[in-house]
Amino acid sequence: MSLNSNIPEGKLEEKWIKYKSTVPLVNPANKRNLEILVIGSGLAGASAAASLAELGYKVKCYCFQDSPRRAHSIAAQGGINAAKNYQNDGDSVYRLFYDTIKGGDYRAREANVYRLAEISPNIIDQCVAQGVPFAREYGGMLSNRSFGGTQVQRTFYAAGQTGQQLLLGAYSALERQVGMGNVTMYNRHEMLELVIIDGKARGIIARNLITGKLERHFGHAVLICTGGYGNVFYLSTNAMGSNATAAWKAHKKGAYFGNPCFTQIHPTCIPVSGDHQSKLTLMSESLRNDGRIWVPKKAGDNRNPSDIPEDERDYYLERRYPAFGNLVPRDVASRAAKERCDAGFGVGNSKMAVYLDFKFNMMRYGKVEANKAGLNDADDNEILKLGKEVIKEKYGNLFDMYKQITGEDPYNSPMRIYPAVHYTMGGLWVDYNLMTNVPGLYALGEANFSDHGANRLGASALMQGLADGYFVIPYTIGDYLSKEIAVKPISTEHEAFAEAEKNVNDIISKLLNVKGTKSVDHYHKKLGKVMWDKCGMARNTKGLEEAINEIREIRNEFWQNVRVTGLADEFNPELEKAGRVADFLELGELMCIDALHRNESCGGHFREESQTEEGEALRNDSEYSYVAAWESNGDKWNLHKEALNFENIKIAQRSYK
Amino acid sequence: MSENMNLTLKVWRQRNNKDKGKFEDFKVNDISPDMSFLEMFDVLNEQLISQGSDPIAFDHDCREGICGMCSMYINGRPHGPKEGITTCQLHMRSFKDGDTIVVEPWRANAFPVIKDLVVDRTAFDRIIAAGGFISVNTGNAQDGNSIPISKIDADIAFAAAACIGCGACVAACKNASAMLFVSAKINQLSHLPQGQPERMQRVRAMVHQMDKEGFGACTNTGACSAECPKEISLVNIASMNCDYIKANVIDSNG
Repeated sequence: MSLNSNIPEGKLEEKWIKYKSTVPLVNPANKRNLEILVIGSGLAGASAAASLAELGYKVKCYCFQDSPRRAHSIAAQGGINAAKNYQNDGDSVYRLFYDTIKGGDYRAREANVYRLAEISPNIIDQCVAQGVPFAREYGGMLSNRSFGGTQVQRTFYAAGQTGQQLLLGAYSALERQVGMGNVTMYNRHEMLELVIIDGKARGIIARNLITGKLERHFGHAVLICTGGYGNVFYLSTNAMGSNATAAWKAHKKGAYFGNPCFTQIHPTCIPVSGDHQSKLTLMSESLRNDGRIWVPKKAGDNRNPSDIPEDERDYYLERRYPAFGNLVPRDVASRAAKERCDAGFGVGNSKMAVYLDFKFNMMRYGKVEANKAGLNDADDNEILKLGKEVIKEKYGNLFDMYKQITGEDPYNSPMRIYPAVHYTMGGLWVDYNLMTNVPGLYALGEANFSDHGANRLGASALMQGLADGYFVIPYTIGDYLSKEIAVKPISTEHEAFAEAEKNVNDIISKLLNVKGTKSVDHYHKKLGKVMWDKCGMARNTKGLEEAINEIREIRNEFWQNVRVTGLADEFNPELEKAGRVADFLELGELMCIDALHRNESCGGHFREESQTEEGEALRNDSEYSYVAAWESNGDKWNLHKEALNFENIKIAQRSYK
Repeated sequence: MSENMNLTLKVWRQRNNKDKGKFEDFKVNDISPDMSFLEMFDVLNEQLISQGSDPIAFDHDCREGICGMCSMYINGRPHGPKEGITTCQLHMRSFKDGDTIVVEPWRANAFPVIKDLVVDRTAFDRIIAAGGFISVNTGNAQDGNSIPISKIDADIAFAAAACIGCGACVAACKNASAMLFVSAKINQLSHLPQGQPERMQRVRAMVHQMDKEGFGACTNTGACSAECPKEISLVNIASMNCDYIKANVIDSNG
């Protein structure tokens, strides 16, 4: 099958406008007869389900949690980008587009990213109208801050809980449609198989997680909005339940998987404290606005941070990247932290951490506050106290969270941070319409591969999830559904449904009947360690080849020796986990295969063989300027390439110096 | 660094909604003070799995205090002994070697037990569906800066909107009242200009649905707010009552 990205003709800035005015429409009477299944209820899923229901489609929405409001979008902290230029600092749609393409290390599609930037202002408007309480200035206007990889202030936020507020906005829109009967919500349901009839996505098999019963659901179209697959690494900032199963089942049924090796390792997370660790907690990138990152100049310096004088500190990001300093993109900041720690300059007990220090800016803010209050003779202690209040107002909840987890007070000593797996840029391959190569099957938000290239800029995930759900899919789905108006709902007695349900049943009984000796978590942790060591922040041929073999061994052992307790027809969290880990054990292999084949460094994918003399990532545009879309073929994969053409941006080696 | 601990846990076990349920005792040893409470449960469950017993079912997801999924009633308090945090943020350094810890599910008629420590909180979704929104279809919005909102109002709305819908307020209340949850959403929207057009019908619809779900009445004890992991203020309830009375007066006067 050839890959057609279906990018509209015309000039970049006219493509989406023209598309919207020419895309075929479905009349309201016909919409009422068309059923859409939305899998997942995060920013992408909830916004899509609500918007499609508002248009008149019959929507069913599924989430594995007890309520759609729990989806992991809720944990996003820092903010959402939009090209509003409210700060008069030179922002524009083009600049957001440019920053995103460059930030993604020139591995994203121009047309998709331009559309994202173009839609971004509408998202803010929509959220404000829903009652999302964004931060405001005293004059009543919306407030902005900076994020990594940009030189303007375009990030909108609600303290350190932006994801929560945006998700609750989308959730309220979704529940409004539930209340009106336009969306049927299936809480505690998990999609375990995709049903394809005559080459088109026509439904799913879902497991009711309370009763264990398998259910068949028909839809004229299926939308996968199930987020990313960072939990392949076991330890990540993802929620415990975040998983790849729906996307992976779709992949095994024919949907191509795009750029699976592009994972984002976030630079500022709380370091691992011991073997008991079940997840890692992010400290928002917004902290890099006011926190300076440093390590001691002397390797193995064990002094308290406050005892290390200024001239014995190495502010390595400011030293290496003077233009962007502490606000370099995530991939760059993460690798720089790893480089210092590997070289022996790390801090804390494990020596796998660097300092994120707020004192300098506390003093700066404190001086402003002292001036405002007319305290001209305030001493350093008083100034520091005033500065702490300002920092508290901006990041209080993050500081509290840090203290809760580590038992240390970040107002008095710097935070210790280290990179952790956070986001996956890869995902199901989609065209401009957000449709996968399987007709009628769509992927939105983090579940698709489309907009972030090889590295996502901070505050762009929320933007993309909501753009896809509120403003892209309501238009693009018409292109497909306008041709489906004559299709009557297919009975779930159809043999394709029966066969799909049998597949699911077979896997469940297989898992329960291994009756081995090791828990699901045991294998998940093993897989995670291989992935982190060999397909993490730095990758090389030898490591990746080893990883592929090791993952295959772990997978074999899993199927021979896993112990899944409980029964199929009851509430059984161990069984849920087992199914998800079984899928991670396959996806992990594909990630390594993809990382091995891409013998260049770009964004979050750093191949040690491909770096500049200064240790920066070195792309190879002549050989790898394409999207790697993998087709599942038994226990192997075939590679398809979608060439990336840059007609509007001149590609260059990325520099933040 | 403090020493690792040995603990006794008394945990509520209930196979399903029809089962009567009972407490069971468990021992866990060598628990690090740096573990979270849920990580301690992970250790216990690994232990149970290796013995071939059924692990304890409990709800959890983000493990960073924001999704609202975790929900344990620990030593008689929702989310345990520390204020302003969820169970997933509670760390074992808050306990001592040799402690016995009692863990129960949320107890409320409107939150039936599904299994062990897992309860059904879909009543909250239905209350939101009844009116916890602003009726604005996608595409209707005007520019985000066209309605200035004072920082004070935005901050009050935000403080109310910080509710994570975990249900600790209901679990803490002797009447299993949901007033804090409901009033937080109502107050968020009533402090914003966008929320005004539907203000009166919203409060009536949401309160009506709350009553229908079988939550108890409010007696202004304040346990809800005291135990709320996001420290949602009791003032929200007073404001909601005010609006509710107004809405009924308006309604009875046609």
